[in-house]
Amino acid sequence: MSNIPDDRKYADSHEWALLEADGIVRVGITDHAQELLGDLVFVELPEVGQQVAKGDECSVVESVKAASDIYSPVTGEIIAVNTDLEDGPEAINDSAYEDGWIFTIRPSDVTELDDMLDADGYQNLTEDE
Amino acid sequence: MVFACRPFFENIKMTKKTILNSAHRELGARMVDFGGWDMPVNYGSQIDEHHTVRQSVGMFDVSHMTVVDINGLQAKAYLQHVLANDVAKLTRQGKALYSCMLNEAAGIIDDLIVYFLDEKNYRLVVNASTRDKDIAWLERQAKGFDVKINEKPTLAMIAVQGPKARQKVCPLLPERLGLAAAEIKPFSACWHGEWFVGRTGYTGEDGFEIILPEDKAEGFWRQLIEVGVNPCGLGARDTLRLEAGMNLYGQDMDESKHPLESGLNWTVAWEPEARNFVGKQALLAIKEQANSDKFVGLILEDKGVLRGHQTVVLEDGAQGEITSGGYSPTMERSIAFARVPANIGKTCKIDIRGKLKDARVVKPCFVRQGEVQI
Repeated sequence: MSNIPDDRKYADSHEWALLEADGIVRVGITDHAQELLGDLVFVELPEVGQQVAKGDECSVVESVKAASDIYSPVTGEIIAVNTDLEDGPEAINDSAYEDGWIFTIRPSDVTELDDMLDADGYQNLTEDE
Repeated sequence: MVFACRPFFENIKMTKKTILNSAHRELGARMVDFGGWDMPVNYGSQIDEHHTVRQSVGMFDVSHMTVVDINGLQAKAYLQHVLANDVAKLTRQGKALYSCMLNEAAGIIDDLIVYFLDEKNYRLVVNASTRDKDIAWLERQAKGFDVKINEKPTLAMIAVQGPKARQKVCPLLPERLGLAAAEIKPFSACWHGEWFVGRTGYTGEDGFEIILPEDKAEGFWRQLIEVGVNPCGLGARDTLRLEAGMNLYGQDMDESKHPLESGLNWTVAWEPEARNFVGKQALLAIKEQANSDKFVGLILEDKGVLRGHQTVVLEDGAQGEITSGGYSPTMERSIAFARVPANIGKTCKIDIRGKLKDARVVKPCFVRQGEVQI
């Protein structure tokens, strides 16, 4: 099983959310998710400035096998998107937790993160699958 | 995200296993349910597996496919009745032919390869997912013919594909067969005992499909690994066949579709006129009407990925549908097959999640022998 960083929270739909020092939340998909998807070939990024609610489909990752929706883990405004993924979606395969981040969001209610799984909880989830 | 978009992520139910199942698991393959069989979709990177076949050599376990021998005095007459292509074209021992098997309405029951062993003996290789209905149909059509339908469930099948396939395989074959296999021409086969080697495949590259006794399969698989042949999964097999312009049964055609709207006109033998194969009358009527949809290739000009069931929008607003689509590792862009109205121009739009993207219309054959054809 891959190493799951304990500095962030996880959704049971396989996104991670990292609360950074400036109050911004960085979002990506887990290493487990990229492994299931296989080689990534396209990422449809959200728009900067877009308002999203927790649970909204706001991005799509496509691998050689399938297209999968990314759900926003929190409510807020999209602040930045990882444009490096436009020409290098494989960054998600190589570095799901760092270089492969997808977007950042300014949360309107940071306590929404409290409902998410911690690293141990996510580990249990993937083991049950 | 949700992993339910394609059957790749279905939970493994009570599935059938090939004799190489534990060998795949040992190699760390990601296994999926493929038409009721527990099969490897990839071992590592699917894109690397794709490139290894185009540039060097890779191998696939295709033991789930069904081998059926047709034996008897009237084997030839029977196959001339049951197949849309004409086995009379096969005059050299070992020669192979690709054909559709149609129902009375000209719907495609399956596509298959038939090998000519001699006038009284032919071998068919049919799809795994259609096994039961194929056997039932073959049996039903056999009434009145002096033939026996003999399924061979205890044979394994390994496809070794790529420009280096033949040089890797021949030295590993039982002695005399290796010498024979080195000599056979494309789309021909040779055999010795239960070992059967066809210079055929589903990738657009040179190579062999080797049918062999189940108890020899794992040893042969391991020998191939030792000489540097990389195992590849069904994922790479799908992108390779898509690039090569080869149809996949169940996606690009099924019983509700006929060969003329599936890009398979070339597989229908209209001559000699006297030969009356199953589905011929219906197909002739369809041909007369001349309003069949057309089967084309598409290249996505924008970013994104073409997938089966996306809508194709023509300039006049008429619509068609993508049957198979995906990412082409060789061309580094998305390609597809589509069934569209015959008046389609050189470009069209594809509806991807509500956005219309530009695509170019081409012949459905993108890559052969390592070379881009477009």
